[in-house]
Amino acid sequence: MTTLQEGILKREEKILFALRALYRGAGYAQYKMRKFEEYDLYAGNKDFLVSGRVITFPDTDGKLLALKPDVTLSIVRSGRDEPGTAQKVYYQENVYRVAGYSRDFREIMQAGIECIGEVDDCQLAEVLWLSMKSLGCVSTDSVLALSHLGAAERLMREAGLSEKARRQAFGFLAGKSAHELYALCEAEHTAPGAAQKLAELSGLSGAPEDVLPGLYALGCGPEADELGRLSRALSATDVYPMLRLDFSVVNDPGYYNGLVFQGYVQGIPERVISGGQYDRLMRKMERSARAVGFAVYLDTLERLETASPYDADVLLLYGEDTDPGALLEALKTLRQEGLSVCAQRIRPPKRRYARTAVLLKSGEVRYEG
Amino acid sequence: MKAEWETRLPEAHAGQGKKYLTVALPKGRLGEKVYGRFAAAGYPCPELLSESRKLIFENEELAVRYFWAKPSDVAIYVERGAADIGVAGKDILLEYEPDVYELADLETGRCRMCVAAPEGFAPDDRRTLRVATKFGRIARAHYAKKGRDIDIIHLNGSIEIAPIIGLSDVIVDIVETGTTLRENHLEVLETIVPLSARLIANRASYFFRKEQMDRIASGLSGKD
Repeated sequence: MTTLQEGILKREEKILFALRALYRGAGYAQYKMRKFEEYDLYAGNKDFLVSGRVITFPDTDGKLLALKPDVTLSIVRSGRDEPGTAQKVYYQENVYRVAGYSRDFREIMQAGIECIGEVDDCQLAEVLWLSMKSLGCVSTDSVLALSHLGAAERLMREAGLSEKARRQAFGFLAGKSAHELYALCEAEHTAPGAAQKLAELSGLSGAPEDVLPGLYALGCGPEADELGRLSRALSATDVYPMLRLDFSVVNDPGYYNGLVFQGYVQGIPERVISGGQYDRLMRKMERSARAVGFAVYLDTLERLETASPYDADVLLLYGEDTDPGALLEALKTLRQEGLSVCAQRIRPPKRRYARTAVLLKSGEVRYEG
Repeated sequence: MKAEWETRLPEAHAGQGKKYLTVALPKGRLGEKVYGRFAAAGYPCPELLSESRKLIFENEELAVRYFWAKPSDVAIYVERGAADIGVAGKDILLEYEPDVYELADLETGRCRMCVAAPEGFAPDDRRTLRVATKFGRIARAHYAKKGRDIDIIHLNGSIEIAPIIGLSDVIVDIVETGTTLRENHLEVLETIVPLSARLIANRASYFFRKEQMDRIASGLSGKD
């Protein structure tokens, strides 16, 4: 079975299997859902979605439905608070949303986990560990960039930025644009030193032990304490080298709070993982529990180099008078060697094979070249 | 980060296992000026300024690779990871909002995005304002803040002609010295935003080349 999977499954499919095993191994139960939801669920939480646009259609009774652009909202709505415990679910579902550089609607396979309920440091550490293990399923050459929204919010509060200016400041922070933060603070006549603090925060990036002193120096003690506790908890794990603290990771503060993170893989030019704590979404949906989760954007994995550039290992050419039994026998022998074989009368155009062989009348397979 | 297309390059360009830093520069005077700063910051590639017909220029020793791109395309190359870093005008970043890091204001290529109209133009608030521009998103955002109803007329060049021949009431365009406007009896009504060249970086690439990119950002910053 292993050989079959290795040979036949696409890289994305193998990663999907690995992710499923990872989440099940951590005690997460699979969450299945239908392909569409009532549109109202998304209309009221558009800013939570990666893209605010959804594909809608009327149900038989006229009610407006939407092909689901997101999984988290459905999970949050369907669950109920159970004090003292955490609901742990994973999913792998197709979602339908505007994506990619062309900003067109696409069907995207997405996997991820949600941990809802009693979310304490232990749960947060495990979710971060799972996010890094998920990246590891794609490539060991990966980075998890972790931020704490509380640090930016604290500095913006101290600066006395207006609500509108805060939104702009989050955008500049996400762009690591220290020069724009200076300009914004100047225009907003912020408190002395506020601009420099925000600019320094935008530049903080690196291993936790290198970044935390800088965060303390900016006066973000509570956030540095929390990030320090989690970093120490993760420091004994094999995935710790992937961890970076970086304050350009920003998710909508109207829904997210506390930890937010994004995962990057060498060779893929966009984020592969995005996640964070979304207690504020829970409150909006009238739930008192805390929540954290992340999604793995499996569509981004197409950018990874494919394992083989060939359609098959061997092109086996046979003749007009070849005995079908002899052909099946030859194919069986080659496949037993672990080779993928394509039998053809003549070489098909625009197909790529690692080697070409001819099946002789004697039943012998002779390789060309 | 090894860009996907690098795997398709001939051996001479493939870097032979080296992790090249790929830089997209805007064609023209601004690009040449900015290249000077890259060279001064320790990333020279003299061949770049030669009359060569080559498309990609490398300094193998420093593992840096440059290519010229249409100024409006630089951000696309960087956002999609075909280039690790690049130099793009703030106008392009505001108009297309690429998901990239904007690491530094290079404080060169300074100009401004303005609303201009024929001299003596008096806006009529009772009817929709016709705005000719290449920068639809910037114009829309500007007038949305004012609550003004506008009709965007998207043009790809020679925007100044539009109000002269009655196609539009005003234009939203880049003004450098204002000479073209004056020669055509147009005047600036308001400045929307000051513009200059910015150093941009691919978000994923940044995490794998942080030290190098920070060094470049710091080396390139500052006025001419």
